[in-house]
Amino acid sequence: MTCDEAEILLHALIDGELDAGHARAVEEHIAGCPRCAAELAAYREMSKATASANLRYTAPPALRRRIEASLPQARVPNRRAVLRGFALGSAVSAIAASGLFAIVVRNDDEARIESEVVSAHLRSLQAGHLTDVISTDQHTVKPWFNGKLDVAPPVVDLTAQGFTLIGGRLDYVDARPIGAIVYRRRAHVINLFVAQTASTERHAAKIDTIQGFNIRRWSERGLNYWAVSDLAADELAEFGNKFETAMRTGTVG
Amino acid sequence: MPGRWIPAGRAPVISTNAGQSAMPVNAANDDPERARRFRDAALPHLDDVYTLARYLLRDAADAEDAVQECYLRALKHFDSYRGPAMKPWLFAILRNVCRAEYARRASSPTAPIEEVPEDAAQTPLWHDAPETPEAQMLHRWDASTIRRLVEALAEPFRETFVLREIHELSYREIADVVGAPVGTVMSRLARARAMLRSAWMAEEEHPK
Repeated sequence: MTCDEAEILLHALIDGELDAGHARAVEEHIAGCPRCAAELAAYREMSKATASANLRYTAPPALRRRIEASLPQARVPNRRAVLRGFALGSAVSAIAASGLFAIVVRNDDEARIESEVVSAHLRSLQAGHLTDVISTDQHTVKPWFNGKLDVAPPVVDLTAQGFTLIGGRLDYVDARPIGAIVYRRRAHVINLFVAQTASTERHAAKIDTIQGFNIRRWSERGLNYWAVSDLAADELAEFGNKFETAMRTGTVG
Repeated sequence: MPGRWIPAGRAPVISTNAGQSAMPVNAANDDPERARRFRDAALPHLDDVYTLARYLLRDAADAEDAVQECYLRALKHFDSYRGPAMKPWLFAILRNVCRAEYARRASSPTAPIEEVPEDAAQTPLWHDAPETPEAQMLHRWDASTIRRLVEALAEPFRETFVLREIHELSYREIADVVGAPVGTVMSRLARARAMLRSAWMAEEEHPK
């Protein structure tokens, strides 16, 4: 291989786009060519620097509203349509997407879902039901969900903040699969349920209590979160705050 | 080579005049169930589409208009969408919308035509070999500086670079979005990175 060929192909090598044969050919050339080796190193470093900077833009809320308003409006939701917004899978609620979510969700529906989330938490505490994948490594837990759910739930390691990641589980809420990430604080288990929603509006956290369990519920970036535990409300709030902070600072697996 | 989600010889969106499509407005556009499916599939990509529009048009207001037009066209053509990936499909539509905007800018007496610098294609891919490993250390610019450097890249290098480095599309997906062979994508990307690297290092000597 010549340097001329390598100067193009080393980019494909960086991007993981070469088949094994070509990758080997480029690597062999680079092993014997200090100039190409230096080029490769420099471009790798630039790619890394580019990837670690946030170069994305966020669509202005007004644009989102304009687009939503230009779509045909859905009818008043039935109970089923509301529940779809909470569940994973293809059935994400049109109501959630249209931003009417907070207004139209009737309290009894919301309470019903929270009650289901608590039931799922209780089921998980039975022997052998807590985790499908046991790992304290966020980079093991997150890929485990691949292919099992339509959305990969964010997995954050909060061990340093006092909440140990112990694994993940596939659960069911309203007969639909939902991702659960499991943390432990002392002897207390925290189940964090994550479901996709088409609304990317942020809903600030609120804490409810059902059957003696505390639930901290919030929405951010198109995901609904329910953290359930028998932890005291202030400690569960602390968990939620630390999770949200970690999400914003990008330490997500 | 035709895109995987586009039947051969047919672009997803051909109309370049916003607002008056050659196609009659489909009555199915008013179907709330269809609209719901469209929302579920397309709206989660809004930030991605907006990001691409910002880099292609380099203007926040124009980007907003282009994204809105993109979603209108996507809804209109949603029935012909066959997958596999929604995001590249939306990108291809957005790209067509942006090309219309380029044409408008080019014909507008107030807006200067964006000229591809003569030397864009001549930017050397090679830099002098560094004398020491330290010479390879690139300054870690903040995001706004990198954005500015990327935005200064000439088309179509900027487009290819953004699709790869920000949206993390594969070469195959980029080729489908921009309607060019994979080999062209590869050489544009090599050129884009070489130009960015030159600008990156020049920034260090002459920070703006």
